[in-house]
Amino acid sequence: MADTDTAEEAPATDSVPKDTAREELLGELQERLGDAIIASHIKPADELWVRVTTEGWAEIAHVLRHAMNFKYFDFVSAIDWMPSPFGREMDSEVDLAVAAAAGETETKEPEPMVQGYTGGDTRFQVFSRVLDVENLRGLIIKADVPESLEVPTWITSYPGAVWHEREVHEMYGISFAGNPDMRNLYLPGDFEGYPMRKDFPLLARRVKPWPGIVDVEGMPGSDDEPDESTSDGEAAE
Amino acid sequence: MTATAGASEREQLAYIAAKAADSRVNVELETEGMTLNIGPQHPATHGTLRIIAKLDGEQVISADPVMGYMHRGYEKLTEVRTYPQVTTLINRIDWLGSFANEVPFILAAEKLMEVEAPPRAVWIRTILFEMSRIANNLLGLGDMAAQLGAVTPVFYAFRDREYVLNQVEAVTGGRFHPNFDRIGGLKDDIPAGWIASTKDSMVKMRAAADELETLVFGNEIFTTRTRGIGIIPADIALEYGMSGSNLRGSGVDWDLRRDSPSGLAYDQADWKVWTHPDGDSYARAWVRLQEMREGTYIVDQLLDSLPSGPVMAKVPRIIKVPEGEAWVETENPLGAMGYYIVSKGDLVPFRVKIRSASFNNIAIVPWVLKGVYVPDIISILASLYFILGDIDR
Repeated sequence: MADTDTAEEAPATDSVPKDTAREELLGELQERLGDAIIASHIKPADELWVRVTTEGWAEIAHVLRHAMNFKYFDFVSAIDWMPSPFGREMDSEVDLAVAAAAGETETKEPEPMVQGYTGGDTRFQVFSRVLDVENLRGLIIKADVPESLEVPTWITSYPGAVWHEREVHEMYGISFAGNPDMRNLYLPGDFEGYPMRKDFPLLARRVKPWPGIVDVEGMPGSDDEPDESTSDGEAAE
Repeated sequence: MTATAGASEREQLAYIAAKAADSRVNVELETEGMTLNIGPQHPATHGTLRIIAKLDGEQVISADPVMGYMHRGYEKLTEVRTYPQVTTLINRIDWLGSFANEVPFILAAEKLMEVEAPPRAVWIRTILFEMSRIANNLLGLGDMAAQLGAVTPVFYAFRDREYVLNQVEAVTGGRFHPNFDRIGGLKDDIPAGWIASTKDSMVKMRAAADELETLVFGNEIFTTRTRGIGIIPADIALEYGMSGSNLRGSGVDWDLRRDSPSGLAYDQADWKVWTHPDGDSYARAWVRLQEMREGTYIVDQLLDSLPSGPVMAKVPRIIKVPEGEAWVETENPLGAMGYYIVSKGDLVPFRVKIRSASFNNIAIVPWVLKGVYVPDIISILASLYFILGDIDR
């Protein structure tokens, strides 16, 4: 899992040179940024993940853009690593049937918070990807989001990050220090809550069974049609 | 006329008087700033996008796009869908090239599962992927011409697009939303006689491309309204993360089909990445046309070399994706589209980040519209060719 390189069945011909390229890139970054790089993860012939400190989040963008020819900005986004607090509470009968078929017990404890590749200490992480289109190199950069839910902005290095940061702000409540435009991008201005957080319930799940499982769901009118009363009852709380 | 050092005093006075008169006229004609609201419903947008343009006379001072009219929250919805169900949603991101939307997601899931689709499936995927591009680019060009006042090309485009969509429908059963790609391969093999009929349709598409080239690109009005308009330099385009024909229209020679052909059969065909150095509206549309034509050659070659064998690898009936993170980006009709999947070993993804092409392509609008004239707003937006489903997700 995290921090252990999985053995990819990449084509043997190009896995070795590509891997060295990623290690060289990581080495160069470590040389330039020093302690700002906390952890890294390389999947041979696939991808390089780098985790930087919150303070290093803007610095790595600046270094990549201006010193290392990573001109192409791909995206900025965030992850909420907290497992959904709702567990199976949100699921309807149909979902539980599927879970049983997959050999899952109904009373599954919520998993502990695990921050994926390159680890991490906080519930939220921002992540991003930039590319060097001339030398065809790319990497994924992650950074922890502190309690204050504020990280430095990327727009001074990559102006295209403005909308991405606005989206992260409205969806996760993470603000970007230095980005003057933090209006909502998609949601109405008076929307309350941060929809992409794991503790923001998707209410449609409470009142409707899992969508589209036809081979479990009964045909309309048949007796074994799933009963929605349980999920309705929960929605009423 | 300038007051030169050698000019007589009389000439200099005349010059000053002329300037003073000019400035007086300008003061009298001084216009107040005006706000022009374009959209949300506008024929120039595929979907509903609103642009608030602040004008000084005919010139745009600032333009602020307002999105969200079509926001469907796919990133959240994927968290309550099993992996096979997600393709139904993501079909609707870029609805004109819908098969292409499924591919990067499926490839990312396959990467996590360490499943590889059999060669025949890879070939058919690539063929359908290119056919999405052909249909998408053709309509984009016809539509662009319509927005510049030419009515005929858009009807031709809608007519000719059907030749491709009929072929897509023959395989997948859906014209718009094929939902055909599966983890480990494809739902079905191609029907009998499909190879020949697809080749026929590709011939028709090449004819359609030639026709559009003379009809639109040979048109003086089209050229005047697009040449030198909305120039985006390569560096700016890269910083904003533009991709696809828009980026190659700015002279950047980068195409994921060639440069990172993950899981698709593009390296099996002989084709060319088209670029245009100008970076204006004309260049973007021109590259789009060339890519559409190039796509027909890719389809032809892949149909010739189509391997035999199964179209589905062995995958469990209930798909559980092992824990991990994967990122796959492909060159979709509108540009680079990527999916970042975080799996916790469950039936559902833990987090799916959808990086859609139009979102980045349109992020440049405030920059590129600054200082342009009002009629050019439409031609620039049309040349950027975005689809609102691809912005709002």
